[in-house]
Amino acid sequence: MTLTSDAPAPTSTERPLKQVHLAAHFPGVNNTTVWRDNSNAASQIAFSSFKHFAQNAERGKFDFLFLAEGLRLREHKGLIHDLDVVGRPNTLAVLAGIAAVTRHIGLVGTLSSTFNEPYELARQLASLDHLSGGRAGWNIVTTFDAFHGENFRRGAFLDGGDRYTRAEEFVAVARQLWDAWAADAVLADKATGEFLAEDAIGVVDHHGAQFDVTGFPTLPQSPQGRPVIVQAGDSADGRGFASRTAEVIFSRHSGFDDGQKFYTDVKGRLAAEGRHRDSLKILPAATFILGDTEAEARERSRETALLQVSPQTAIAFLEQVWGTDLGGYDPDGPLPEIDPVSTDQGVTRGRVRHDSDPAAIARGWRTLAEAEGLSIRDLVIRFAANHTFVGTPVQVAETINRHVQEDASDGFVIVGSSNPTGLDEFVDRVIPELQERGVYRTDYDQGATLRHTLGLPD
Amino acid sequence: MTARSPHTAPFHLGIALDGAGWHPAAWREPDARPGELFDLAYWVDLVQIAEAAGIDLVTFEDAFGLQSAGFGGVDSRRDEVRGRLDALLLATAIAPHTTRIGLVPTVTTTHTEPFHVGTATATLDYVSEGWGGWRVQVSGRAHEAAHVGRRSFPALDPAAVVAGTDPAQTALIEQLFGEAADTVEVARRLWDSWEHDAVIRDVPTGRFLDRDKVHYIDFAGDTFTVKGPSITPRPPQGQPVVFALAHQKVPYELATASADIVGITPRDDAHLARILEQLADAAATVIRTASEPLRVWSEAVILIEDSPDQARAALARLDAAHGGTYTSDTVILADTAANVAAQLLAWHDAGLDGVRLRPARLPADLVRITTEVVPALAAAGVLDRPADADTLRARLGLGLPENRYAGTTPAHLDLIGSAR
Repeated sequence: MTLTSDAPAPTSTERPLKQVHLAAHFPGVNNTTVWRDNSNAASQIAFSSFKHFAQNAERGKFDFLFLAEGLRLREHKGLIHDLDVVGRPNTLAVLAGIAAVTRHIGLVGTLSSTFNEPYELARQLASLDHLSGGRAGWNIVTTFDAFHGENFRRGAFLDGGDRYTRAEEFVAVARQLWDAWAADAVLADKATGEFLAEDAIGVVDHHGAQFDVTGFPTLPQSPQGRPVIVQAGDSADGRGFASRTAEVIFSRHSGFDDGQKFYTDVKGRLAAEGRHRDSLKILPAATFILGDTEAEARERSRETALLQVSPQTAIAFLEQVWGTDLGGYDPDGPLPEIDPVSTDQGVTRGRVRHDSDPAAIARGWRTLAEAEGLSIRDLVIRFAANHTFVGTPVQVAETINRHVQEDASDGFVIVGSSNPTGLDEFVDRVIPELQERGVYRTDYDQGATLRHTLGLPD
Repeated sequence: MTARSPHTAPFHLGIALDGAGWHPAAWREPDARPGELFDLAYWVDLVQIAEAAGIDLVTFEDAFGLQSAGFGGVDSRRDEVRGRLDALLLATAIAPHTTRIGLVPTVTTTHTEPFHVGTATATLDYVSEGWGGWRVQVSGRAHEAAHVGRRSFPALDPAAVVAGTDPAQTALIEQLFGEAADTVEVARRLWDSWEHDAVIRDVPTGRFLDRDKVHYIDFAGDTFTVKGPSITPRPPQGQPVVFALAHQKVPYELATASADIVGITPRDDAHLARILEQLADAAATVIRTASEPLRVWSEAVILIEDSPDQARAALARLDAAHGGTYTSDTVILADTAANVAAQLLAWHDAGLDGVRLRPARLPADLVRITTEVVPALAAAGVLDRPADADTLRARLGLGLPENRYAGTTPAHLDLIGSAR
């Protein structure tokens, strides 16, 4: 996106400035995380990397840090994909470790409603909320395919059409479990010998299409009562689920016009659910490249893109659409003349698929490449390394602020391009600009829960 | 059993942490902190006391449901501690606060996902930088099965289970422990599924990973299959330490096949001799898949006062507060520190490798153990440790395990058998 430093924040006095909310996305297991550069050789799995990442984000007063999840290593052409950073910890466990080395920042993990059971996951999330003093959040994903199912007890048990039904029932059961202990259940009164109050723990007895859960949960109400619910679904079902259930949406709509459209649509659904507009925050994912000047930022963007899209990655990316081996093509040459091969499952497994018609995508790409004289690698960079914000720290801060003040978002999920230092520069240079504009906290409220930090109703 | 020289092999010490201590009235003691059982700081304090004294590992009790006084369903008692944090997450949150003590959470195998168990235990090993372990436990309680709602179990009768007299009970136990053995096998394969040098960052070929060093585990058991590989690279210890508490034949066989350490509960010398015979029988009938000989640790509930009379009185006072005599699956040593140390030395002389001590009261008996029993054992010369031990395995004298997949190609994997 093009940035201009003169895009003004609104000066209208009709409503107070909205506050910007930011999440820090741990560098992903995909091509955007640069590893082909010796300055970024830190381990993707060592706890020291998570600690640095989390403490830097907390230094930048981010609302929360965000961990994605993939429950199987990705495959490409029937083999484990070997071109990108790969390997990640168990999401819940590493968040528990991070809880111990941070004090204020929210801890949001991506966890499947398909390959977990409510009794266990609700308990783990409540444990994380206790251990972190009320900072736990759950990004619900509904992956259901047989490829991932092969790692789990029930395999491919869930029909795709039921994935949100299951997620919604999952959350409903989890809420019952989180609420089952009375607020003052634990007396721990040594004198009277009462550890529990009378009627301290209510039984949960749920019987639905997806779950039969009967019994007593093992934990008192956690500091937040219920962890913050985050959701990223974009389909009509996903938006409906989010408008009923989510407190944060992690969206793909980081463009301004597109962002406004999504924001208006989803916020507009809340009233019908009896929810206040501010009870749901919309945070699109965004990457960034900074420079002392706009020209320098563009130069760095190009350099980073070349590291993010190696010649091999360019071909592999194209193969996802063409559905066949393109190993013989020159990444610096023109796009293949052959048409895509239609396949049932695609050549790449373990990541979100292109839903559209491959032949149409290929035609569009060829037209674009011919019109602009793009090589295969140039074209792939256009799609797979398109940085959201490229500019000076002032430009990036003003763009973020404009999106927030003009209701294209409530903030962003910021993704760095290296691990674990990718957000250091953002914290050093962009955060102060936001703070100077009075739209971003200069410190956390003492003892704040994640829900409080996000400005969500309790 | 380890071939050992009883008087020179080091004796290892574990502390079993649970709530405010193992006596159900311990939470009412003057120094107990029953209002903080769900706070990280309480647990960090306890583990740091153990670490400072050179204890080898701490375990964290857990279950797939709320505590109850017996083996039946949840009771309505309000005078005992109820509620627990998830032990794996608790241990992982403690890990950044410690540097040289093993952290061994209880993780149930009956209703959990083996894949998640494998990655979670590996992650504990990463966060603790090589001090992670796992206490394997099954859930046979009918009310815990109802938390998931896809299986139903007959009510467990502990007496019949231990006696092995009821075929239905024995069948259930065999099923649960078979599943536990499968889960340990899956975890061990997942831990090995990345060779340690699988990440290559090879710029010329554009490859981050050498895919030939990452392996499918292709596990197929009676109740589940797991394809693999793990999403988590090989943990720092290679194979985190697996601990199994066992009271009878079937769990002895699980421990003998799969565990690094078995905890046993001898009431007296004759009982100890019988247990060791049963372990020897198990070793003759199962295939051991763990890389080193099984370590055998005893278990004891510990209450320490300055004189035997005072210790007995303290126990009686706790029992009175609780309204009944406390019983345990293992021996209760309510005595002086010197007499407790003498019993531990006797177990050492009998050839045992260590002991897991269950403090009756927290922090009181943990403090007594660390300040009085540990120095007595050190004076007896049984606590020598490798000076350079920087992982729990090294600390326990367990070697660096070979990776079962190293040097193999996928075509060879079907030669690797199941635990059973």
